[in-house]
Amino acid sequence: MSVIDLATFEELKQMSGTEFINELIDTFLEDAPKLIEEIKSALNANNADSFRRAAHSLKSNASTFGASQLSALAKELEMLGKENRLAETGDRLRALEEAYVSARNELEGLRS
Amino acid sequence: MKSSHGPGRLLVVDDNRVNRLLLTHALEQHGHRVSNAENGRIAMDMLRSNPFDVILLDIDMPVMNGFDVLEALLQDNNLRDLPVIMTSASDELDRVVKCIEMGAEDYLVKPLNPVLLRARVNASLEKKRLRDQQRKLFHTFATPEVAEQLLQEGFSLGGKYITASVMFADIRSFTSLSEKHDPADTIELLNNYFALMFDAITANNGTVNQMEGDGLMAIFGAPVYHEKHREHAVRAALEMAELLDGFNEQRVVQGKVGIGIGIGIATGKVIAGYTGTQHRATYTCVGDTVNVAARIEKHTKITGRQIMIDQYTREGLSNEFRVADLGEVMFKGKQQAIRIFAVNE
Repeated sequence: MSVIDLATFEELKQMSGTEFINELIDTFLEDAPKLIEEIKSALNANNADSFRRAAHSLKSNASTFGASQLSALAKELEMLGKENRLAETGDRLRALEEAYVSARNELEGLRS
Repeated sequence: MKSSHGPGRLLVVDDNRVNRLLLTHALEQHGHRVSNAENGRIAMDMLRSNPFDVILLDIDMPVMNGFDVLEALLQDNNLRDLPVIMTSASDELDRVVKCIEMGAEDYLVKPLNPVLLRARVNASLEKKRLRDQQRKLFHTFATPEVAEQLLQEGFSLGGKYITASVMFADIRSFTSLSEKHDPADTIELLNNYFALMFDAITANNGTVNQMEGDGLMAIFGAPVYHEKHREHAVRAALEMAELLDGFNEQRVVQGKVGIGIGIGIATGKVIAGYTGTQHRATYTCVGDTVNVAARIEKHTKITGRQIMIDQYTREGLSNEFRVADLGEVMFKGKQQAIRIFAVNE
């Protein structure tokens, strides 16, 4: 089952053009692991603002590519950060990492 | 794909690299020249050293966020008119509202819709173009001091309602006067007369915005608002009468006849705005108050009083002014009678 919303992805492709979409995917796949690392270390350091900001960026990028599940999970984390409730993160972070791997695999296949 | 509006100089401000790349690329595809900055501070540095037409601004950024940038733009006279389009996530519309209140022009929701992106950028470029044109027009018209003051306080050329005092002044029996003089004398008379009247009006914060034959129209309280515009208008009228007395004394010495004037002042709502061309523009007012002022000025011929004002103007005067209540007058074409007063010199 597709984890990328193809209508959103097509719109993005139309806006960016076929050549540029590859560069954009590469940028996302380069930045997303950094953002996930930032979320993790912010959680360890109990830094709610840094946690929120990284989750916000990941949410934004995921929604740009139509990675709806990843975006939704990042949004949940963003809210936790915003409300200073990092202790409630639980296994959301692992779910987020899994959602990212699925999105990455599919996006790599969508490179043209 | 080229934009129908010609290329704009755009600045994309976003800490998120994917967003920045995507926006920059999409806008370049539309034919614009695009620069980008990864936070507000870098953006402000760029804005202060290079000209831009429109900013696309993210809200949540480290170092200096979108709110900070809007605040800094407002403080900067050179940048406060620059259109800003906020780019935000769909779940932060409450923050977008705050940005709009802080002066942002418009917003776009991420992920971006290409059609909306094009439309909103073009609309903001159009606004920038109009504002630039207005600024130029404005500098053509106003003295540097007034221009600077208005730029700081903000001004609108689109036309707006304001409360101001409007003055009309005319030379009495000018037609018969000019028939008795040779043309060169008449022009010299007019030039000297206008020079004196301008002095009196300008010294009392008024703006002469129309001259026709021997008549003139002036506005007090606009384009720069002053709460004492009614007093200013009447004080200007008194000075005009006084200067004219001196002028007439000189003329008598030269063996010429003196001239008389009639001045009418009315206060109220007017629609004010700038009209003209790129090279010559005037600040002008239209509306019922303007008509009333013109009627009152004409009415001075009937009453034989030199300076007459309407009730709203009268209500703005302190006790040091001596006025005589002339009762209500029904002017032609008016629905309501207007109570008028003569100002005693």
